[in-house]
Amino acid sequence: MKAAVLVFPGSNREGDVAQAIELVTGQRPAMVWHGDGDFEKVDLIVVPGGFSYGDYLRCGAMAALSPVMAEVKKRAAQGVPVLGICNGFQIVTEAGLLPGTLMRNSHLKFVCADVHLKVETSQSLFTNRYQAGQVIRVPVAHAEGNYFADADTMKRLEDRGQIAFRYCSPEGVVDGPQGMASNPNGSSSNIAGVFNETKTVLGLMPHPENAVEPMFGGTDGKGLFEGLVEALS
Amino acid sequence: MTIAKEKNPPVKLPNEPAITPQVVAEHGLAPDEYERLLKIMGRTPTMVELGIFSAMWSEHCSYKSSKVWLKKLPTRAPWVIQGPGENAGVIDIGDGQAAIFKMESHNHPSYIEPYQGAATGVGGILRDVFTMGARPVANLNALRFGDPSHPKTRHLVSGVVAGIAGYGNCMGIPTVGGETNFHAAYNGNILVNAMTVGIAPTDKIFYSAAAGLGNPMVYVGSKTGRDGIHGATMASTEFSEDSEEKRPTVQVGDPFVEKLLLEACLELMATDAIVAIQDMGAAGLTSSSFEMAAKGGLGLEMALDKVPMRETGMNPYELMLSESQERMLIVLKPGAEEMARRIFEKWELDFAVIGQLTDTERMVLTWHGDVVANIPIPPLVTEAPMYERPWTLTELPAELDAAKVPAPKDWKASLLKLMGSPDLASKAWIWHQYDHLIMGNTAIRPQDGDAALVRVPQSTKASSHKGLAMTSDCTPRYVQAHPETGGRQAVAEAWRNITATGARPLAVTDNMNFGNPQKPEIMGQFAGAIMGMAEACRVLDFPVVSGNVSLYNETEGRPILPTPTIGAVGVIDDIATSVGSRIVQAGLALVLLGDTRGWLGQSLYLRELCGREEGAPPPVDLAAERRNGDFIRGEIVARRVSACHDLSDGGLLVALAEMCVGGGTGASIRLPARVTGGAPPAHAYLFGEDQSRYLVATDDGSALIEAAGRAGVPAVLLGYSGGPDIVVEGLLALPLAELRAAHEAWLPDYMNSAA
Repeated sequence: MKAAVLVFPGSNREGDVAQAIELVTGQRPAMVWHGDGDFEKVDLIVVPGGFSYGDYLRCGAMAALSPVMAEVKKRAAQGVPVLGICNGFQIVTEAGLLPGTLMRNSHLKFVCADVHLKVETSQSLFTNRYQAGQVIRVPVAHAEGNYFADADTMKRLEDRGQIAFRYCSPEGVVDGPQGMASNPNGSSSNIAGVFNETKTVLGLMPHPENAVEPMFGGTDGKGLFEGLVEALS
Repeated sequence: MTIAKEKNPPVKLPNEPAITPQVVAEHGLAPDEYERLLKIMGRTPTMVELGIFSAMWSEHCSYKSSKVWLKKLPTRAPWVIQGPGENAGVIDIGDGQAAIFKMESHNHPSYIEPYQGAATGVGGILRDVFTMGARPVANLNALRFGDPSHPKTRHLVSGVVAGIAGYGNCMGIPTVGGETNFHAAYNGNILVNAMTVGIAPTDKIFYSAAAGLGNPMVYVGSKTGRDGIHGATMASTEFSEDSEEKRPTVQVGDPFVEKLLLEACLELMATDAIVAIQDMGAAGLTSSSFEMAAKGGLGLEMALDKVPMRETGMNPYELMLSESQERMLIVLKPGAEEMARRIFEKWELDFAVIGQLTDTERMVLTWHGDVVANIPIPPLVTEAPMYERPWTLTELPAELDAAKVPAPKDWKASLLKLMGSPDLASKAWIWHQYDHLIMGNTAIRPQDGDAALVRVPQSTKASSHKGLAMTSDCTPRYVQAHPETGGRQAVAEAWRNITATGARPLAVTDNMNFGNPQKPEIMGQFAGAIMGMAEACRVLDFPVVSGNVSLYNETEGRPILPTPTIGAVGVIDDIATSVGSRIVQAGLALVLLGDTRGWLGQSLYLRELCGREEGAPPPVDLAAERRNGDFIRGEIVARRVSACHDLSDGGLLVALAEMCVGGGTGASIRLPARVTGGAPPAHAYLFGEDQSRYLVATDDGSALIEAAGRAGVPAVLLGYSGGPDIVVEGLLALPLAELRAAHEAWLPDYMNSAA
């Protein structure tokens, strides 16, 4: 599997995801600069976490208009898989590759903590190594992860199985967001990650790339990258 | 080399005010300091020159009150590559890698404008570290706030934490550790001490001494604005009622630009174009340019009109004294300008050649062709005022008789109160706002161990990961009671915290926060703390490699508690052999290492439960410290220990409670016979803060006790882990859930309650 990781001014988890991909594939992904609208052909495009353009204007809004994202949109339309993590989720949402938006956390603070996620489906490029209903533990680190979409969009996402991950308790109970029990940011329906209609684009707030080694946060995130390798090699 | 005669006397700028005694006083220069200036200059200075002297001779930049004492600290060891005097200290951590680190205060600005003050504190310390060629790998911070009931405290906590988070998170550097205390003595002067640790190859370390006649001096980073003018002078005086009017002297940070600056600098450093590099911190362009030229024994000519400016109408005085953030000064090799320019333009940063090195040993500043300042550099530096201020040492208070301190009437309520007290309560509300996981190297997270533990990038061998352990420590109430003991204790506790993870403590950065040094008792606190620190650093082979001094932390004559914060770094060859402090398993033997006399003087038990701050602080026997620490470190890396926690604030019972709450496993202990017999009384045994002790969980208690006996380390089996409660036979049985609730609730409840 050949992967490309985009780099915007202010990206800061590009190294983390590149390291995770290298760990799983043995191959260093190509690092693609935001101004480079003409990068090599790859099997997977990763839009990493960070503070692209300092989060100025609105998280992800400026990056969504960069030359490289025009190319990403084109390739996504051709079916090239795109993975947007954290700020990457915000960018692909701003770019219109995924529905909905990421608002400021309901408690208005940055939150960095391990969360539990319920895997909603194993039927995707990204989640085929997990079981539907499986609970995994990975960290979040963001100030704007509060997913919101209008009622029609939410219904469509539910009906078409486009919800990838939901925040849940360690036992797998999806409790919140009212009491915020397992929901770190106030996200609608506890949504932590969503697919596009064809399930070739995944955006998620948590960081599976920071959960790939036993001594450094556990290995629950590794399955996402292993699943991609299996599907794309 | 003799200093060239002044060939170009400066012109007066339009509307330049006359230099009157009042103008001199407003620049913080004492009359005798101004006399010294006149002698050096041989004429009346221009405003620009006066501003430069004022900044360079401020306490903040010149260390004029502290220098004579700082020289007493040990700074050498075979693994020290660079001690104090550069942007940060550098130590060898093996495999061709160096750890570069420093701690620095941003106290005064953080009180005036907490978000920006704290944010730019983080930005400044990050620059100090990456200036030397290191990629920062971790941040820590030590915070001291006023009494929680003081009307400003909540606002300050909220702003400072958000500021640290806002800057560090955006930079993508994990904030992995630190400490937070509350005490009424900080009501008018909070402390924000930020520490950064970075990694560089030992053969690619960058220094600030300028070299090479004719080489270009280059300005990179953000444009210069009018923010932070005279920040260094502000940080060198006491606060008064109208201090908040000084808000314009606080800088405004932009972590996005600093992230670009970091990447651009590291990209340029990968070439061989840099001769010297220095960040613009306190006193901005003034101190950076003078330091670079002075260290290199050279002169410098700078055309200030070439400095990138944020607004029109700025003048040379403002340009030299602005503390705008995210700027660097670089001496390039000749001919490297265009290559360097391309790198900074790629990162959308300003780049300007603003001057060149000369052999005159003079700083000549021009403005559209006219000379506006012409200062001989060496005397400004070497003849800077240095004071041996009068000092009186604090006398050691009488030892408090533990038998005269009342035992708890209700043991359960007492432990709950202590664990939920501001200093001991969980600080999760704070550190969950810091990204402590980015980079994927965090092995021991906040609250999971005595020190944070971070993998060293590019150190992974086939089967092992090298780690850096880091911590920050100080117990200000001990330092207040007896500075020498407190200074010794701060160093020993930092050493102990590194040791408790299994790492070898290597070196220290110190952040000396004190009141007004012109008062002999304050200067005596400083002197005493230094004496204690120096002795501990010597005995523990724990040299000081960098540091920072913050004086005048007083408001209307009321000083802070003397707070010499110790930041420390250690190394462990294989992270797999490290331990944290959480007990996650039932059936482990709980062994107490070290001697327990039951020292209640200056303890948290005394303060929080009896409302008394008195007695002598616990003494530190440095030989015992070293013996106990070396022993337990050996046991940890030999994998004979499951969890280890040093005993500090709150003593034995608090340490046990923290280990159990952290790991979600209860424990049951029995007091030794001598304690049930009253020597010392149970509350002194359980809450005393005797030093050099560790509480250890291990699956083979008798083997550990035997090994301790052979090493001459006192050891006693207290009990075993397991069950849902914390039990002290005959005294206490407390459900863990209840303890956890009290421990975790205080800070969020406090922050969410209306003032």
